[in-house]
Amino acid sequence: MSTPLLVVAEGAIPARAQMGASLGFHIIFACFGIAFPAVVLIAHWIGIRRGNQVALVLAQRWSKVAAVIFAVGAVSGTVLSYELGLLWPGLMGRYGAAFGIPFAIEGIWFFVEAIFTAIYLYGWRRLSPWVHWWSGMPMVVAGILGAFAVVAANSWMNQPSGFTLQDGRIASVDPWSVIFNRATPYETPHMVLAAYMVVGFVVAGVYAVGLLRGRRDRYHRLGFLIPFGVGAVAAPIQVIIGDILARAVADQQPIKFAAMELVDNTQRGATEWLGGIYWNGEVYFGIGIPYLDSILVGFSPNTEVIGWNSVAPEFRPPLANLIHLSFNGMIAIGMGLMVLGAWQAWVWKFRREVLSTRWFLIPAALAGFASIAAMELGWIVTEVGRQPWIVYGLLPTEDAVTTAGGVPVTLAATVVIYGVLTATSIAVPWLMGRRWRAPGAAGEDTVQTPYGPRPGRVGETPA
Amino acid sequence: MNPSGATSAVAVLLFVTIAGYALFAGADFGGGIWDLLAGGAKRGAAAREAIDASVTPVWEGNHVWLIFGLVVFWTGFPSAFSAVMIALFVPLALSLLGIVLRGVGFAFRHEAERLSTKRLYGALFAAASVMTPFFFGVVVGAVATGAVPANPGGNVLSAWTSPTAVVTGLLFVATCAYIGGVFLVADSERRGEPDMVRYFRRRSLAAGLVAGVLAAIDLVLLRESAPYLWPRLLGPALPAVVVSVVGGIAALVLMRSNRRHLLRGAAALAVAGVVAGWGVAQYPWVLPGAVTLAQGSAPEAAQWALFVALGLAVLFVLPAFVWLYWLHQHGMLHESEPPPAPALAAENRAAATNRAAAATRPALGPHPILETAVIALVVTGIGRDLVRQLFQRRNRQG
Repeated sequence: MSTPLLVVAEGAIPARAQMGASLGFHIIFACFGIAFPAVVLIAHWIGIRRGNQVALVLAQRWSKVAAVIFAVGAVSGTVLSYELGLLWPGLMGRYGAAFGIPFAIEGIWFFVEAIFTAIYLYGWRRLSPWVHWWSGMPMVVAGILGAFAVVAANSWMNQPSGFTLQDGRIASVDPWSVIFNRATPYETPHMVLAAYMVVGFVVAGVYAVGLLRGRRDRYHRLGFLIPFGVGAVAAPIQVIIGDILARAVADQQPIKFAAMELVDNTQRGATEWLGGIYWNGEVYFGIGIPYLDSILVGFSPNTEVIGWNSVAPEFRPPLANLIHLSFNGMIAIGMGLMVLGAWQAWVWKFRREVLSTRWFLIPAALAGFASIAAMELGWIVTEVGRQPWIVYGLLPTEDAVTTAGGVPVTLAATVVIYGVLTATSIAVPWLMGRRWRAPGAAGEDTVQTPYGPRPGRVGETPA
Repeated sequence: MNPSGATSAVAVLLFVTIAGYALFAGADFGGGIWDLLAGGAKRGAAAREAIDASVTPVWEGNHVWLIFGLVVFWTGFPSAFSAVMIALFVPLALSLLGIVLRGVGFAFRHEAERLSTKRLYGALFAAASVMTPFFFGVVVGAVATGAVPANPGGNVLSAWTSPTAVVTGLLFVATCAYIGGVFLVADSERRGEPDMVRYFRRRSLAAGLVAGVLAAIDLVLLRESAPYLWPRLLGPALPAVVVSVVGGIAALVLMRSNRRHLLRGAAALAVAGVVAGWGVAQYPWVLPGAVTLAQGSAPEAAQWALFVALGLAVLFVLPAFVWLYWLHQHGMLHESEPPPAPALAAENRAAATNRAAAATRPALGPHPILETAVIALVVTGIGRDLVRQLFQRRNRQG
């Protein structure tokens, strides 16, 4: 009776697939919500402070793109808060009183960010320059605090704390230790930095393509340099935080760590595998560095690393190879981005110019995709590595999933809608860029700046 | 068992959030409905532009009420939240679909260039503006009639397909159209567009009448289908109901006058009265007949956390929100066309003539080798210190 399709459509799989699709999509847009305002405001600041019209134009155009991206992010974020209830009523019903607290805090910051976004985006014409600049500042702060709150909720799922249970119901809550659980100090900076890297490298990538096509004017150089600088500063800090985080995971979630490093039996002098696929007790196609895993975990080749065989099979995360390869991929990309940033920083230090060699610009153009890939891989490590638990060690994912029928339908709808949404979110800024470069506008040599005299309402045709 | 003070306060907070969503986002939904009914591309152009100018800067902020409401619901009354989410999976998923389509349509139609794509996104926005309030109404109708059990095993189709639920859905759509129309009348008046004032005045009058009729039908239906709610609507909740009716009638009368603040206030009162009446009538149940406030409430500390969040909201969100609306109402917020290709054309030509950009390149540092050495020294120094620090900590632990 159980055809493969039916098996896939049963239990938590469709719900997990839908949650995964929604989150994997939203996380990219959330990054822009967290870090894009900072990038825009840097350009804006340079524009006002140094009277740099090019920077002002950049800031205004970016804010225009931000409007679209934030709107999509707000919508996909709503989808997620809905889905927490629609797909995981078991989680919300049992742990909502604890788990919901960080979200309540997040709601506030989201509110603040949405309001100031509206003011900033539509304030270009009538607000005075510095008032306008400062009206953007709350977006930066609220973005970081909001990210902190949401990631604190995710950290809580990994390291639940701050409540007592009585008959399976939460009897008392300590909000403080719900928010500042053991994983929060590591997870939140990791995510915020990831957001800054993603935004920095994605936006820079767009201008890197322009530079590659021979558009080497100030507009493109500055448009590349500002976001690339943001990404390049975030990258090395991210590497350090990531290293600390990995050790924390080894300590707090040893079985997840075992999957990340392909450690089957608990051992001393564990081998660090770069790449590789685990099959029946052997790792194939990987480069093994003896003792390095132990050294990384405890700074000594004798450090004991716990293997997944120390728990029963049903408590091990599935797809250890996926987790391991994702983990390796994330690190490899992160290191690559750091090197790329250091290279440009070096050249900037001594020659004050944007590198123009193809050897640099092609990887720089791809850095945006790479940084998104790294973030998604890291997210796979965290979330798949947490399985089979939805609340680590307390609530299995199977028990949290909704009993309502219809999830496969909503899953299909989710996949279709997000496919269209992704395509459009890429197409719209691309079309905007094309319009900005349109030959019709290039004839005039006067730069129409944001704070100049009010132009007529051209182009505002109703729908 | 009566709920504790904190629990009641969380319930009040929840209903205030619902009222906020109904008023602010409801007006935006109403805008979408009028957009849908505005007619062909040419005929509806003026109305669509007015709607667009009113809704664009604020819709995203208004949308956050919903998220905050969900958070308050699941943190404050987790078990009831979970029951609603399971039993009413279908209408909730459909309302979500509406929210998504609406946001997408709205975000993208401004950027669409061709008329056909504009039309497509515009249609998405408008159709979703009907869909979302309808299904929210259906959900509210299902909850109010006590059709959601405490521990549903799966979808409860009968809960939201009852006549009461469906009529409540229609009532929500009509109410959104009404409140949206009223806000548009006031906005058009502020912008000094008498044609639009007349246009939206006629429409909101019609929507107000339809909403009134639907409300009356709903009341009659509730008498049969909501054995708990009905007597309380005529009992403790009566003042709220009266306020709502008076507000609605006052708004219809004020529509003729030019007192837009009063008009807006009266319409808001009509909507807020309905929400308050529903809340009072349901007391002390979260899900009538299944879960009371006291049974469904989260532990007290979680409730206090919500109040802290509320405090933060009053501190940070309220002033910002007031500023946003002040700027909006004083015409300070406009959608600005970004400057056309930064006439960087000149810049481009300059770059072409001295491609190497050597002229702008500053002179090299006087001692490149020395600086390199210093940087290398500092980096290795920091690296060494880091390693040493980490090793020391390990030794202490070991």
